[in-house]
Amino acid sequence: MSSTGSSGRSGGSGGSGGKPRVLVYGYGNPGRQDDGVGIALVDELEAWALAAARPWLTFDRNYQLNAEDALAASGHDVVVFLDASRDQEEPFRFTAIGPSDAVSFSTHAMSPESVLALCRDLYGARPAGRLLTIRGYSWEPNEAMTARARGNLEAAKAWLTPLLDSPKRLLRAGAS
Amino acid sequence: MSRKIVIEPVTRVEGHGKVTLLLNDAGEVEESRLHIVEFRGFERFVQGRPFWEAPVLVQRLCGICPVSHHLAAAKAMDVVVGAGPGDGLTPTAEKIRRLMHYGQIFQSHSLHFFHLASPDLLFGYDAPPEKRNVIGVAAANRELAVQAVLMRKFGQEVIAATAGKKIHGTGAVPGGVNKNLSVEERDALLNGPDPMNADAMVRYAQGALEFLKGYYAKNKTFVDTFSSFPSNHLSLVREDGALDLYHGVLRAVDSEGRRILHDLECQDYLAHIREEVRSWSYMKFPYLLHLGPQNGWYRVGPLARLNTVDFIPTPLAQEQLEAYRAVTGGKPHNACLHTHWARLIETLHAAEVIRDLLKDPDLQGTNLRVKGKREPQGVGIIEAPRGTLFHHYWVGANDLIERANLIVSTTNNNEPMNRAVNHVARTLMTKAKEITEGMMNAVEVAIRAYDPCLSCATHAYGQMPLEVSLVDDGGNVVDRKLR
Repeated sequence: MSSTGSSGRSGGSGGSGGKPRVLVYGYGNPGRQDDGVGIALVDELEAWALAAARPWLTFDRNYQLNAEDALAASGHDVVVFLDASRDQEEPFRFTAIGPSDAVSFSTHAMSPESVLALCRDLYGARPAGRLLTIRGYSWEPNEAMTARARGNLEAAKAWLTPLLDSPKRLLRAGAS
Repeated sequence: MSRKIVIEPVTRVEGHGKVTLLLNDAGEVEESRLHIVEFRGFERFVQGRPFWEAPVLVQRLCGICPVSHHLAAAKAMDVVVGAGPGDGLTPTAEKIRRLMHYGQIFQSHSLHFFHLASPDLLFGYDAPPEKRNVIGVAAANRELAVQAVLMRKFGQEVIAATAGKKIHGTGAVPGGVNKNLSVEERDALLNGPDPMNADAMVRYAQGALEFLKGYYAKNKTFVDTFSSFPSNHLSLVREDGALDLYHGVLRAVDSEGRRILHDLECQDYLAHIREEVRSWSYMKFPYLLHLGPQNGWYRVGPLARLNTVDFIPTPLAQEQLEAYRAVTGGKPHNACLHTHWARLIETLHAAEVIRDLLKDPDLQGTNLRVKGKREPQGVGIIEAPRGTLFHHYWVGANDLIERANLIVSTTNNNEPMNRAVNHVARTLMTKAKEITEGMMNAVEVAIRAYDPCLSCATHAYGQMPLEVSLVDDGGNVVDRKLR
């Protein structure tokens, strides 16, 4: 996990200037074409955030979500999950999510809702959850993301960056 | 009328699997088949790529155990660059790789215990799915869940420190590694604030073992008999017979412990192991050539490893091994659920190895790579968390990969998983009028003991429901359930 601010480490509140602490978490396999679109976006957002001190932002990434991510989430006020999706509208979807005890059917990975539930049950923390899923099209073992997914990523990035600059707006976005 | 029962896909198993149970006129289970859609395109995908790319390329194969593929490919390419089959690396390179690998074993085994074993142990295999999961564990035993999260996190930190990054690590390269472990990285893992340090991980692993043994003491008959059937067992062992998950020779024993593969050099595996193709399955069925497909199939993974080795070279795990072996009077364990016990003994061993390696100053060495006489092919075999993993590459004079052969752990366990399903089905589903949740859970428990990873790291949001279909012999869906 990395933070763009000098004192904006996970779990700490100092250095955020009173702004909500935001964890931006991309997951997927960049070796499987569009499955890596969440990883690509978190990489680009981190580079963007580094251009100016934004200590309220923390970035992390992995192949898939798992139990230890509940610990990381517990130190933040908002967690924005970035993932690929194969059957939704273009270019992306942004929704508010909350803890769910309905565990996804997978041996080795967890859904973002399950991570938030584990965060609540193990650490007593209830960060706001936001899920940004980007439409992908191809999932073969090829490094290159499709051009259409790349376009969707750009649209998502343009939409999300102002919200990351203003986490209070981020909290309002997607909230029902 | 004969009936066909289809469970599709198998829940909480990575990738896609389907179980088909064929009942005869008398309502007895005539045949069972576990269908797994395995990704087989990878061997063609690496053709034409420079050999030095393989250790990174192969991580595309799987987002669950990329480190195992990374290291198996690197070991194969060690042979290609003339660094030798496992014993030619510099001390720093070999120990960095071992640290990476045992970090992978530790986090993967911890995850399996938390996700798959502990829910069944806490609530019973016939408990409803909405309770029998990690969220249920967190509610029922918060301390256990917190420890499991930290064990998983610690293993991930070991991997990140040795592989360079979480995703598509580059730590291992043909002939060695591209980085050592800095003093700061070492100290963070060895002396981190409690409990994020190696000593605490040893304690946690011991605690998990005691939890499991407590369950076993209360449920001995069930654990000893559930999906228990004789089989051969295969794994790497160190040349002196010790448990070694990174390197060794291939040994196999039969269900009585008699050796049937005598400490074979890894480079010679192809002369002794074959893969049978069956018309109804996408996944092959490996077997020992001299015994044939009917008698030469074998299990791999924690259960097999603790059956093949002579001893464990770390004291706390060795002590646990002795207690484990006392249960069967020293004979091989053939009970499916004993795999969970074996896995936790290996978890403790991994914690001990990590702790001891971190104290070794060779990790801060600067001699990282070697090379020698270029070879046209190389085999890399490693004990991945789920079992023996084979990588074999043929490389042309132009340094491009001409051909590859991979046998992954789940493929090695194909026949045993089918047998496990069959055993459960014959026990629970004969004369059954309908599929109950308990029956479905039992099939899944039998499969999940092998921790199958069905090669699919593509996970786009919203996939993987559970669908259960009851189909008659005319192909008509009689019943269908979604979970």
